[in-house]
Amino acid sequence: MKNHVWRPLYVAICIVVIVLLARTVLVPKDYGTHEQGYMYGTHRKGSIDDWKSMTVKYKGSETCKECHSDRFAEHASGAHAVISCENCHGPRGEHPENPPKLVIDKSRALCIRCHAKLPYPGSPRGSLPGIDPETHNTGLDCVTCHSPHKPQIPGFEDSKPEVKK
Amino acid sequence: MINRREFCKKAMVMAGGIALPLSAFQLFDPKSLHAEKNDGNSTRWIFLVDTHKCVGCGFCVKACKSENEVPFETNASRTWVERYVVTLDGHTYIDSPKEARNGFTSTKIDQQHHGLKDVKNEDIAKGFFVPKLCNQCDKPSCVQVCPVGATFRTNDGVVLIDRKWCIGCGYCVQNCPYGARFFHPVHHVAEKCNFCYHRITKGLKTACVDACPFGARKIGNLKDLSDPVTKVIMNDRVGVLKEEYGNKPQVFYLGLSKEVR
Repeated sequence: MKNHVWRPLYVAICIVVIVLLARTVLVPKDYGTHEQGYMYGTHRKGSIDDWKSMTVKYKGSETCKECHSDRFAEHASGAHAVISCENCHGPRGEHPENPPKLVIDKSRALCIRCHAKLPYPGSPRGSLPGIDPETHNTGLDCVTCHSPHKPQIPGFEDSKPEVKK
Repeated sequence: MINRREFCKKAMVMAGGIALPLSAFQLFDPKSLHAEKNDGNSTRWIFLVDTHKCVGCGFCVKACKSENEVPFETNASRTWVERYVVTLDGHTYIDSPKEARNGFTSTKIDQQHHGLKDVKNEDIAKGFFVPKLCNQCDKPSCVQVCPVGATFRTNDGVVLIDRKWCIGCGYCVQNCPYGARFFHPVHHVAEKCNFCYHRITKGLKTACVDACPFGARKIGNLKDLSDPVTKVIMNDRVGVLKEEYGNKPQVFYLGLSKEVR
């Protein structure tokens, strides 16, 4: 064949070789088609470990019991027993080392997540004790009158809600 | 000059070559065949949502966002809760204000550019809340379209995204029929719920399941027939979302209504 055919062919072959070399360097060893097959299982195997190594921040109410047994018992006997400690106290993380103190959310906004009255037929929301946040003691924090652990105000027990887990 | 005999011979070889499928050149791999027939895994994570129990408090969204480090003040979220209000005259109003990260605290339904719709109590036929999350489909269309192999299904049935490998093309975001995928505001790659993979693989429940006060969310293992969640899915009347897409979603719902999309 003539030179004018070979020269561009050399360039093309060089490009292919460079791409193949670059591929062996750039693509990690654990990348490939794994157990789930070509369509769903082509991935870098190390990615699974990347996800597994994420930190767990919410440790669950049971882990609070050991040190805060008195508070835990008080909460467990009230109408809010179904609510996890960390929903209001924030994720435990490595408490008491880090953070040494959890920031408690005592805002009205937190309480009205459940207690803003939405009386929808067919939804359990309507059977929760509800208020209209725009008229019910506006400007006051709910915790001024209601204990978050035992929210029932003495004398108003007749309106005790029935909540099943 | 080619004669007739030569021409016929060559034409037959050509036709045979074209007819041969590419897969005929693939080597037979008994391991992959076994994987396709019976995956041999002892775990298949599934999720159960009981819409009869959801009150729309949004604690699940709050917990999910901090557990999985999706910035709280952004509208990006791995899970969200939708409100459906059906009126007596047959209208359905749906909203999910800020993915319900602050819960549903008002009767006003966010109709976006149509403003807020306040439906009178006496006009409401039914109202309910539907938590949504990634369905960890058996046939995930988001995985099929990934051009670089950055998203995949694990052996226990969870669809993961490789943050180091994703190029951010957005095909998967478009291809999820459930709208479960989005771009992570910090990492700038595709993101979605992965059933808190770092928690379930350690024997914990997902952050949203732990945060739900009413037990509206539950996670289970379909391969474990003694699992209470598996029992509900086997024995009770459960539904899935958008079955017609053929994705085989693995998040099951109790109490779905025809209005739910």
